[in-house]
Amino acid sequence: MLTKTSFQGKLTKTENLFIPFIVAGDPSPEMTIAYALRLQEEGADILELGVPYSDPLADGPTIQRAAKRALNAGMSLRKAIELVPELRRHGVEIPVVIFTYYNPVLQIGHEEFFRMLEENGAEGVLIPDLPYEESEEVRNLAEASNIEFISLVAPNSDQRIKQIAEHARGFLYCVSTLGVTGERNEMSADALRFIKKVKEFSPVPVAVGFGISTNDHVKLVRDHADGVIIGSKIIRLIESNLESIEKGNSDEALDAFSKEIRTLVQ
Amino acid sequence: MLQVFPDVKGRFGDFGGKYVPETLMGPLQELESALDEAMEDPSFLEEYHHVLKEYAGRPTSLTYADKMTEKLGGAKVYLKREDLNHTGAHKLNNAIGQALLAKRMGKEKIIAETGAGQHGVASATVAAKFGLECKVFMGEEDIRRQELNVFRMKLLGAEVVSVSSGNGTLKDATNEAIRYWVANCEDHFYLIGSVVGPHPYPRMVRDFQRVIGDESKKQFRQMEQNDPDRIYACVGGGSNAMGMFYPFLEEKSELIGVEAAGKGIDTPEHAATLSKGTPGVIHGSLTYLMQDENGQITEPYSISAGLDYPGIGPEHAYLFKSKRVRYESITDEEALDALKLLTQTEGIIPAIETAHALAQAFKEAKEMSPEETILINLSGRGDKDMSTLMEHFQEEV
Repeated sequence: MLTKTSFQGKLTKTENLFIPFIVAGDPSPEMTIAYALRLQEEGADILELGVPYSDPLADGPTIQRAAKRALNAGMSLRKAIELVPELRRHGVEIPVVIFTYYNPVLQIGHEEFFRMLEENGAEGVLIPDLPYEESEEVRNLAEASNIEFISLVAPNSDQRIKQIAEHARGFLYCVSTLGVTGERNEMSADALRFIKKVKEFSPVPVAVGFGISTNDHVKLVRDHADGVIIGSKIIRLIESNLESIEKGNSDEALDAFSKEIRTLVQ
Repeated sequence: MLQVFPDVKGRFGDFGGKYVPETLMGPLQELESALDEAMEDPSFLEEYHHVLKEYAGRPTSLTYADKMTEKLGGAKVYLKREDLNHTGAHKLNNAIGQALLAKRMGKEKIIAETGAGQHGVASATVAAKFGLECKVFMGEEDIRRQELNVFRMKLLGAEVVSVSSGNGTLKDATNEAIRYWVANCEDHFYLIGSVVGPHPYPRMVRDFQRVIGDESKKQFRQMEQNDPDRIYACVGGGSNAMGMFYPFLEEKSELIGVEAAGKGIDTPEHAATLSKGTPGVIHGSLTYLMQDENGQITEPYSISAGLDYPGIGPEHAYLFKSKRVRYESITDEEALDALKLLTQTEGIIPAIETAHALAQAFKEAKEMSPEETILINLSGRGDKDMSTLMEHFQEEV
């Protein structure tokens, strides 16, 4: 039985979720706001707001490049969290999940980090290099602040799948294949069996990410999971717009972006 | 009495742990069980020690440096000669242990990261010896700086993968090796070269390097009927130091780790992680590291590529905090002076990494009495550093 309300009651849907990932500050905070609005218009249910990091272990070259662009533009964990009220002011209403590596969180301090999330109105947090065994304190603080701590499961999580899934909050991020983030061409039968197993244990929607890059993927995932997470493909669309934005044609670029997203998730 | 570390969570006091993406938790667990089993199996340890003896040429000598002692006029100076190990440095001890473990686990492909190329060469060597396929990840900047070692690895049959992400140095090569492992962990073994990374790596590498300290203790007691008053080793990631120090942790010897101060610890160009860094997570482990105020990891600098790493093994972080080991730092200049002094006094050309330990030891030995003794881990030989040394000393020799 799936939990009906989550993300402070802001997410009422539990299936057919579209969860895009963008990097805060790539290529600028203003464009992040513009892209978030476009994604919301195209039906995004939750926004994963990535925080750029110097050493993103779980990410492939596409997101690494995005992180580098954002870092060069001066983005940081604090500034990314402070971008949330800006997103709201411009009309982004969907829940926002702050996606950050652990070291910047550690430097801010656990308690201050959650205080900031609460104060700035983020509804969730995802820390890809903080596995279940290392996350107890952070999970407890998230619970106390009414912020969803998003967990990940992988095809090789084996016996740990049950434990992780049963403690899942918000949605459960299902890593479809081994490897880092990036686009791939197919989904294996193994991946589908794995998704089915995760769904047996999870009290929250199960969303699939890593390698989703075509409308066929999206449809396939929709048939088997509760949501689809798209990162690298979207980053690549943003990347292909860099030049026209620099030339001052951002409206045109944003329209092209919307159209691509529509085709992708229709 | 010190507690036995790491504990069940892979911690050395506050440090260590497993801060890795979920996809690596499975492979790390598999590695840990295989390691525990192997270390309990007398036939595994017997094979490891057999290869160390017959192939690597161990035990390495313990040399009393009489001329150096005379010149300094203080404590008696002893050198543990890891430069005499096959491939010219302590790195091979660990590579042999992990390659044997990889074979035992049925993994036919190994990957490794390398900075200066010493660990890459050691990995390529064991891959050739044990019939494994080997990929070495190396930053493009380091590939340029270490042409000779790149060729050595290729000659040994390894593939050298150029890493252009980040700044193209050891930190980035390690990131890329981890990423590759994440995607290929089913049939690949990741052979880490230092006491860094997620649990159980810091413990495993230490246990495959403790042969340095175990041999030294036995040899020193035979020669001096005692333990050394002070023991010195250089520290980048910290494997030669951990290997030397570990068997002495419960003895009375004072232990001194020497970091690279580069152009000085008050400049931005150094690699003195414990002197100037703060706690944080790097390459899957909670330890000290060099970072900016936003928690972004910064680039270190040292003339020696082997010490040019922004983190340090978590057990060193623990030994630093608990004050069991004293950590000092030595600049490029001081290290090069010590290198030249040892070379011309004893006829031993040490690696520039090692020269950092020598510089600190020589400074202190002068102030000690002739009844006292010091032991320096001569972690590697200087052949690989010839082009750097030529640049520096050309006019003097």
